[in-house]
Amino acid sequence: MQGAEHPAQPVIQAQGVSLTFQTADGPIHALKDVDLTINQGDFVSFIGPSGCGKTTFLRTIAALENATGGRISVNGQSPDQARRSRAYGYVFQAPGLYPWRSIAGNISLPLEIMGFDKADRRQRIERVLELVDLAGFGGKYPWQLSGGMQQRASIARALAFDADILLMDEPFGALDEIVRDKLNEALLDLWRKTGKTIGFVTHSIPEAVYLSTRIVVMSPRPGRITKIIESPLPRNRPLDIRDSAEFIALAHEVREGLREGHGDD
Amino acid sequence: MTDLARAPSDKTSWRTGHADRVLPVLVVLLVIVGIWYLAAIGMNAEWVRDQAARADEDLTSGEFLRRTLILDRPVLPAPHQVASGLWDGIFGQKITSKRSLIYHGWITLSATLAGFAIGSLAGVVLAVGIVHNRAMDQSVMPWAVASQTVPILAIAPMVIVVFASAGITGLLPKAIIAAWLSFFPVLVGMVKGLRTPDAMQLDLMRSWNASDRQVFWRLRLPSSLPFLFASLKVAVAAALVGTIVGELPAGASAGLGARLLSGSYYGQTIQIWAALLAAATLAAILVALIGMIQKATLEHMGLAR
Amino acid sequence: MKPVSRQEFRREMMPTLLAAPFLILAAAIAPPLFPVVLLWLIAWTLNVAMTSLNLPFARVLTPIIFGATLLLIWELSCRIFAIPSVILPPPSQIGISVLQNAAILWTDFVQTILKGALTGWLMGAVAAVMTAIAIDRSPFLQRGLLPIGNFVAALPIVGIAPILVMWFGFDWQSKAAVVVVMVFFPILVNMVAGLAATDQMQRDQMATWAAPYWQSLWKLRMPAAMPFLFNGLKITSTLALIGAIVAEFFGSPTKGMGFRISTAVGRLDLPLVWAEILVAAIAGTLFYGIVALLEKKVTFWHPSQRNKRA
Ligand SMILES: Nc1ncnc2c1ncn2[C@@H]1O[C@H](COP(=O)(O)OP(=O)(O)OP(=O)(O)O)[C@@H](O)[C@H]1O
Ligand SMILES: [Mg+2]
Repeated sequence: MQGAEHPAQPVIQAQGVSLTFQTADGPIHALKDVDLTINQGDFVSFIGPSGCGKTTFLRTIAALENATGGRISVNGQSPDQARRSRAYGYVFQAPGLYPWRSIAGNISLPLEIMGFDKADRRQRIERVLELVDLAGFGGKYPWQLSGGMQQRASIARALAFDADILLMDEPFGALDEIVRDKLNEALLDLWRKTGKTIGFVTHSIPEAVYLSTRIVVMSPRPGRITKIIESPLPRNRPLDIRDSAEFIALAHEVREGLREGHGDD
Repeated sequence: MTDLARAPSDKTSWRTGHADRVLPVLVVLLVIVGIWYLAAIGMNAEWVRDQAARADEDLTSGEFLRRTLILDRPVLPAPHQVASGLWDGIFGQKITSKRSLIYHGWITLSATLAGFAIGSLAGVVLAVGIVHNRAMDQSVMPWAVASQTVPILAIAPMVIVVFASAGITGLLPKAIIAAWLSFFPVLVGMVKGLRTPDAMQLDLMRSWNASDRQVFWRLRLPSSLPFLFASLKVAVAAALVGTIVGELPAGASAGLGARLLSGSYYGQTIQIWAALLAAATLAAILVALIGMIQKATLEHMGLAR
Repeated sequence: MKPVSRQEFRREMMPTLLAAPFLILAAAIAPPLFPVVLLWLIAWTLNVAMTSLNLPFARVLTPIIFGATLLLIWELSCRIFAIPSVILPPPSQIGISVLQNAAILWTDFVQTILKGALTGWLMGAVAAVMTAIAIDRSPFLQRGLLPIGNFVAALPIVGIAPILVMWFGFDWQSKAAVVVVMVFFPILVNMVAGLAATDQMQRDQMATWAAPYWQSLWKLRMPAAMPFLFNGLKITSTLALIGAIVAEFFGSPTKGMGFRISTAVGRLDLPLVWAEILVAAIAGTLFYGIVALLEKKVTFWHPSQRNKRA
């Protein structure tokens, strides 16, 4: 729907966002002066060492945390208003499926909450199960599936209601390389087709480079953005693009960025 | 609040200050006392009205209210009547007097503690045997678990009567009931606790070639403590209830249970409520004591959070 | 599982070896004890052998053999030592009493268990769950009520029986009232804990879907609370029987288990007392078993239930 050639329309705007957790051991500066604009149809990856605030930033966008400083707007609204108008699909670090619901029942859950009718629900469940390669597993319970299958089911659940913004926190962290490649491809495909705006946390440099239009490198204590790298890769990316010189140069740049972030702490 | 993001058990609520924890309890207690007063007025009204009608008196509403709260044998005594009954029972009598709640409380407490000590010790010892011995485990555990579903307490009075017919009275029969009642919760809780270490932790111990004894002292026992203390709290409360019920059969003349019973025979409602409150206080003190021991022990072992 | 090693077998036999000298000594001092001691040693060795060799059905047979041995020892001791039945009747006599008094036992069962305990338990449970939901939206009320609930749950509540018998009369209504008060707080405390048992991520998820309060209560927190609720229901199933029986000691019509126990004790008809106890035990186990069965149906997804199937 939305191509890169259209004038960029900002969806998420963060200006000087800070977040300090007050803990028993004193304040923790999880985020400090974060500036970032994510445009419609962007695929933005967040990468950085553990504890640098990637999850916190994603949660702040989704109104699961309140920034203690700065401003965030989503679709021109506050994050909380955006949440109420169901603008986000959020995939957490762990699958978080309900053990008392079957896989289909789990995917159906947000649909029920948002008031989709029964026939529509069934159709959507079928579609997203197909998408994450779980067709035929709808009747199983989460605890009867492998960890990777559970994570795919949780992605299916986030996709089912077609939110315009997809926030994903290390969704593929626990999966094996092959499944991961497959899901990466499927995710890119989905993104191209639907023009969703995606925020994606990962620990893997190749994954970040393969998927993103922009790569945000973060560093800890206090959590902040140290570098934003624009990807010159085309939107259409076959898997073997990872062997191209462009790709390797980009991966190198990200690695350098991560190293710089580490150097000064 | 329209959604769960700020659900009641939000983690921050546990970090709130002292005042935030005490205030709600006080408010709820005040509301309860208020309801109690209203109920006392309502439930005693009929009696006062009858009396006034019989004496051909015309009561002003103020006088009427006052009288509902000062009856000798009210249907429901007002909180201040119970409080003064309790006060009188504790401080207003010589400790040796039959009307002293301290005297009756001590009779109950001594049997409770004796039984609790015997019962929980036996429970712990048997639990240790059970986790180390398969035959013991499979023979005893199903019965121990099943026995939890049997209303053992209900037969306590019978035990007393049987002992009395054999000429044994006083502390011993009550202590046996208390011991019996505290035995099972401790046994079941302790077995569960000693079994909490999972296969991985036990395998790790095995990879270090630890002896049974080392596994017990360094892994099983420490991980069982939270369970032990939880079941000790249940057990001490059960022991107290057992002792009180053991004091119910006619013939027992001392103890909080006997106070309850004689109060119910003679319609002395204030006496019943005072004995009840004394029992409640005793239970609270015992449970709190174990809680304190638990806290000290776990802190000492570095297990407290 | 394979049979245990020799070293483990020695450990299994340890209690027997330790106890044997004492038992033999006891039999030497009091020769009539000999058959009892012999029986015990044989049965225990059998159990050790069965569990050590991991014979099929050992899990079912061992407790049965253990229980049967205890019964036999009870019976034998009563006969050998001619224990008067006013002190301890032998099991056989209790069995006969059950048969002879079947009609009485049934009347008492209906009066005490079905009318008193069950009605009170159901009313108390419904009231507790509704209260838990009612105070769910008010952290203030929860912080106020929970400590009080925990406190009351540990109190000797049976003590209110004489008061409630005065208020509600001698029949089963007063017994049900005692049961309501006894079961209310344990169930309330469990239910409130259950409603708070969801983890942060599950609640965050609901937040990202902007789920309204009732939706998240109904679809997330109620199902998550079920294991806790059933925990409360199981604990209180025994409490309910206790409350109903004990309340009868403070006054009852001329039927009911508590009434029968206290009058039979007065007449020193111990076999009847034991027959009532047997009925109470069976009723308690059944009550608990039914609740546990229901729990298995409702919380089939919970790890504790899943492991049981394996
Ligand atoms: N609820 C909280 N209370 C206190 N501190 C927190 C909380 N959540 C996160 N933090 C702290 O904020 C910092 C950033 O955490 P965050 O979870 O965002 O890291 P992350 O980049 O996602 O790490 P990872 O890659 O390991 O997932 C950490 O130091 C963490 O300890
Ligand atoms: Mg994270």
